[in-house]
Amino acid sequence: MIQQALDFLRQGGYALYVWSAFGMTFLLLIMEVIQLRRSRRTILTRVGRLVRLRTPRPKSTTKTKAPAGPLGEPRGEQR
Amino acid sequence: MKINWFKYASPTAFYPIAGRLVPWFAVAALILILFSLYWGFFETPERLGGSNPQKEYYRIIFIHVPAAWMSMWLYLIMAGWAAIGLVFNTRLSYMMANAIAPTGAIFTFIALWTGSFWGRPSWGTYWDWDPRLTSELILFFLYIGYIALHSAIDDTRRADRASALLVIVGLVMLPIIFWSINCPDPNQCAALHQRSSMSQIESNILTAMLTMTLGFWAYSFATTFARLRGIILTREADSAWVRDVIERESVA
Repeated sequence: MIQQALDFLRQGGYALYVWSAFGMTFLLLIMEVIQLRRSRRTILTRVGRLVRLRTPRPKSTTKTKAPAGPLGEPRGEQR
Repeated sequence: MKINWFKYASPTAFYPIAGRLVPWFAVAALILILFSLYWGFFETPERLGGSNPQKEYYRIIFIHVPAAWMSMWLYLIMAGWAAIGLVFNTRLSYMMANAIAPTGAIFTFIALWTGSFWGRPSWGTYWDWDPRLTSELILFFLYIGYIALHSAIDDTRRADRASALLVIVGLVMLPIIFWSINCPDPNQCAALHQRSSMSQIESNILTAMLTMTLGFWAYSFATTFARLRGIILTREADSAWVRDVIERESVA
């Protein structure tokens, strides 16, 4: 069992090439996903701050009670 | 059935649609990529070719070829959106082109990187100025150039138009990359790459390669739409619907 796993990792002596290629590929893809998630959070906070700056207070409290967006998207569908 | 396509061409309408599509494409990408990895490592022969076989390192084909395809395909789609943006002056098309670029650049880099680790054991060098390698490198620079040019111009509308033009001019690289190995007269192009021969490829290798391609496709859709949503929110921050979206989504 362990021998099989080791053989698999050795890739017939070409481990360096195979794992460098596959490793970099999935490292980049995973990093892109993490970066996208993080940037979504920062964009939500930043745009949220902008929106709050621009809307006067009483208006924004009535807005919160609106049942759905102007497109009728279901509430809390995202995230 | 008549569908009003222009309805979906507005960022307002597409934002929630993109949001609903992202998880589906993400799950599809995960399943396809895992399947392809399993098939590529465990169901394929240890050797490739006849008298002078490529040994285990040929398995790089399962990411190298799909990544190279994606790099060209994404560029084509990005140029398509840029052209639509220039012709119809639709905001969403430019945003789409914007959202594709980083993913395209990543796949181009992956194609180059995996290629060099495949080239070392099979050709004896990590890099050579072979026509295909060189043209793929230029494609990578075009992606980077597009992103850099767009972020260098402060006025978004001008940035959109200028960078769209760059992408369309850069389209000239795609046929060069394609014909750098598939040229009509083999004596005209001395390349390290062999001509691609999809019909002669072993069926298990082909299975792993094609599922990886589909997986990368789904992955690109997911990341592009996720990035697009961020771009839409940032650019439309002034409009009323964004306020509603922010209130709904930042609380949850």
